[in-house]
Amino acid sequence: MGHGYSRGQFTHLDHWNAQVNLNHLTIHDAADGLANAAFSSQELSEAVHRQITRVDDTVHAYHTVLTETSKTTSHPAKANSLLQGIPLGIKDNICTEDVVTTCGSRMLEHFIPPYNATVMTCLEGHGAVLVGKTNMDEFAMGSSTEHSAFQPTRNPWDLERIPGGSSGGSAAAVAAHECIAALGSDTGGSIRQPAACCGVVGMKPTYGRVSRYGLISYASSLDQIGPLTKDVTDAAIMLEAIAGHDPKDSTSVTTPVPTIAKALHRDMTEIRIGIPDDYFADGLDPEVNDGVRAALKVLTSRGAKTKAVSLPTTPYGIATYYLIATAEASSNLARYDGVKYGHRSSQSQDLLEMYCQTRKEGFGRETKRRIMLGTYALSAGYYDAYYGKAQQARKMIRADFEAAFQEVDVIVTPTTPTPAFRIGEKTADPVQMYLSDIYTISANLGGFPAISVPCAMSRDGLPIGMQILGRWFDELTMLQVAFAFEQETDWHLKRAPISEDSNG
Amino acid sequence: MPAYEVVIGLEVHAQLRTRSKLFCGCSTAFGAKPNTQTCPVCLGLPGVLPVLNMMVVEMAVRTGLALNCTITTPNQFARKNYFYPDLPKGYQISQFDRPICQNGWLEIDEGSATQRVCIRRAHLEEDAGKNIHQAEAGVSHVDVNRCGMPLLEIVTEPDLRSSDGAVAYLKTLRDILLYLDVCDGNMEEGSLRCEPNISLRLKGQDSFGTKVELKNINSFKFVKHALDYEIQRQETVLADGGTIDQETRSWDAERGVSVVMRSKEEAHDYRYFPEPDLMPIEISPQRIDILRLSLPELPEAKRNRFIAEYKLPAYDAVLLTSSRPLADYFEACVAGFPNPKTVSNWIMGELLHALKNDNCDVIASPMKPDRLIALMKLVDDQTISLKTAREVFLDLFRSQQMPKDFIQEHGLMQISDDGTLDTLIDEIVHTHPKQCAEYQSGKDNLLGFFVGQVMKASKGKANPQKVNTLMRQRLMSENIQS
Repeated sequence: MGHGYSRGQFTHLDHWNAQVNLNHLTIHDAADGLANAAFSSQELSEAVHRQITRVDDTVHAYHTVLTETSKTTSHPAKANSLLQGIPLGIKDNICTEDVVTTCGSRMLEHFIPPYNATVMTCLEGHGAVLVGKTNMDEFAMGSSTEHSAFQPTRNPWDLERIPGGSSGGSAAAVAAHECIAALGSDTGGSIRQPAACCGVVGMKPTYGRVSRYGLISYASSLDQIGPLTKDVTDAAIMLEAIAGHDPKDSTSVTTPVPTIAKALHRDMTEIRIGIPDDYFADGLDPEVNDGVRAALKVLTSRGAKTKAVSLPTTPYGIATYYLIATAEASSNLARYDGVKYGHRSSQSQDLLEMYCQTRKEGFGRETKRRIMLGTYALSAGYYDAYYGKAQQARKMIRADFEAAFQEVDVIVTPTTPTPAFRIGEKTADPVQMYLSDIYTISANLGGFPAISVPCAMSRDGLPIGMQILGRWFDELTMLQVAFAFEQETDWHLKRAPISEDSNG
Repeated sequence: MPAYEVVIGLEVHAQLRTRSKLFCGCSTAFGAKPNTQTCPVCLGLPGVLPVLNMMVVEMAVRTGLALNCTITTPNQFARKNYFYPDLPKGYQISQFDRPICQNGWLEIDEGSATQRVCIRRAHLEEDAGKNIHQAEAGVSHVDVNRCGMPLLEIVTEPDLRSSDGAVAYLKTLRDILLYLDVCDGNMEEGSLRCEPNISLRLKGQDSFGTKVELKNINSFKFVKHALDYEIQRQETVLADGGTIDQETRSWDAERGVSVVMRSKEEAHDYRYFPEPDLMPIEISPQRIDILRLSLPELPEAKRNRFIAEYKLPAYDAVLLTSSRPLADYFEACVAGFPNPKTVSNWIMGELLHALKNDNCDVIASPMKPDRLIALMKLVDDQTISLKTAREVFLDLFRSQQMPKDFIQEHGLMQISDDGTLDTLIDEIVHTHPKQCAEYQSGKDNLLGFFVGQVMKASKGKANPQKVNTLMRQRLMSENIQS
């Protein structure tokens, strides 16, 4: 079967139509079906669009949905790419040529980029199909997608709950099977946290692994694009397609991208897993604790060894993150001033008033809050105490992980302190919201790759995620561990209730 | 009035002569239609990233080395944050605590003495765009073409003590930049900009006075004018018992005054922080050595060599080394006509005059060294008189002809043949019997009159030395005969 990822779903062609909703497929299964002519890419796209029509009025995963044929690639695709004809959801902060890219903000409500992000160029080269742009917290600032300027996205597992954020739209689209896979961006956990909340796989690659060109910047030294998928193999396939040096992004590295998707099988007896006690402490929901502990047992049963590692600087992560990220954001968002593009207030008489009114009207509360925090952190007289200190703390946090990675190959933690919380539950208390990212932030501060995989369900039927962190540019080992876990379990096969309904 | 000492420091922005901008591939050509030399990167569209033009780094290092600076490695870009319509990103990518060049110096000539001016730093940054205001229509426009042009900002210590010193520094610096071919030095087009800061203090006082920064001096000739105006202004204020406000003033060349642009209270907090989109720039010692070896001979060294090697007067050496192409022209001529002072005279006199007259650059001069060499040789072997050669220089300069052909075509050959000259002399002597008699009675200075008459009769073509000799002999022999 061509690529060799298939579980053999399409060896009996007469069965597929009756048993499988095409939109439920993974990339590798869909590729298998396409390769065997079990269905066409158009049928695949139609299935995805049918699902969007059926559920997205409720889920609100997408901000923009493209008509079925509008963005089917016209570029010659790479021969035999697994992504050929695969419908993808793309987070709305990744620039798509001629397709409105709002970044979840009124400021860019009508912004149509004249260029593609490098990841889009990569995906188009593989023949992937853009289904639509997924909803997100404004400028990727948030952990619930409630800060979207347009509407919140709902968690497909429980519509009263948040899908996580800021890539909540992408996570929900994958979980509700409104696409085959999606791209998100992760600055402090914005791929992994929603992946955990929605029961899908979400990976943040090593900083520098994937080009940021065309990703609308939130915090440049932390932002990284990555996939949200239905399983680990798909995450590897997506990573291979988008990774690599880009001359347009000076922070992307020239380190070669290894073969990953075909190298996921690994003997777990060779693997040493680090377990940081600091991550299984106060504030961790018992169900999440139990879920991740049980998942670790699965890995040890496959022969992996565990070792306690110490990451004592972890408590400083949140403070460090909220100084560095907001400082960079205050500068990155200065360009939205009403002069050149985006929203411009009609309520102004002079330049200063135009700036103030434009930004007052164009930005939401959380974005304004972070711009102010960051401006303050960089101000004369405060720089050393805030931004300067945060840079020092960042170095210490990174050093902690580097030391730990001397002794272990991967580090396993919970992805989130709790399963998905209720819509509105934390909007009044920003600090509570910020704590949702407590376990994910360090990977961004240190630049390490990290992945969240579904590893348990709460009694309320909510997904729980396990985070696996790897060494710099060693996504392979990290993915091998995730893959080994997935082979032993079926958490990734569980479907959100709303995605299920029928062939109707 | 008490005696004040003037303290001046200079910030010079030199636009580096690259084909493309600092962080994108857009053209740096001057004078294009507004907003035609832009792309998503220099327009600051969402999601785009800067990519450093490595040519700029090389130019900055070469400049730093020529200015005796230490090259900082790694050096790093930083963001300078402020809002202005001509700044599309809301921040300027500049350098802050790790500038590419630091701690240099430059020697300037101040009349008889030389002075060392310390250079604190030189850092790379991108230029901003230009706001264009249409007051009548009540609208403003932004031209983004200039956004992202590569600038090297060269900052001195407050070492200068007069407006003349500041001008001398600026000229010396400009010459070096031109020699290095890193900047075209054109203040009118803004490729060289000078922002002086000036303060006054009582003579003998250690601490500095309050400084005022001057902006918008966009021509070389205004520098001294603007500085003198500001010195005068501060002197008046201080002498009246007033105090100087720390402020930025803008020079209004038309009215010849400066006006307040920004007070200290309005000063920005730029909130500098390291530019996260660009990696620190590492420059290896080997790379620095290679660039050091690639430096051309700089104006001062060349001047000294011209004095020592060609035995030229200092005046000639200064003038001939004022630009690299001119110095090269001189040396090319000396190679073909090894009499440096003669070459120097021709260049400083006729050539520069002709170039100025035709508003022409030495590089574009229609008179290439080979033609000047040929001309000097024709004068040397007396084919043409020096006087004639000078008279016809501009025509020859403009023609494409070799001097020999030009002279033949225009019948300018000097008459040195004895027979022809004797005939001419005969005629003059015989038509001026009165003067002849006077000469013979002792009025020796009438020789000049006779020579002049012969030159006139020959339409200037007679060889004057020869006429001189032959005429003297003739008049003496006339004497004996009578």
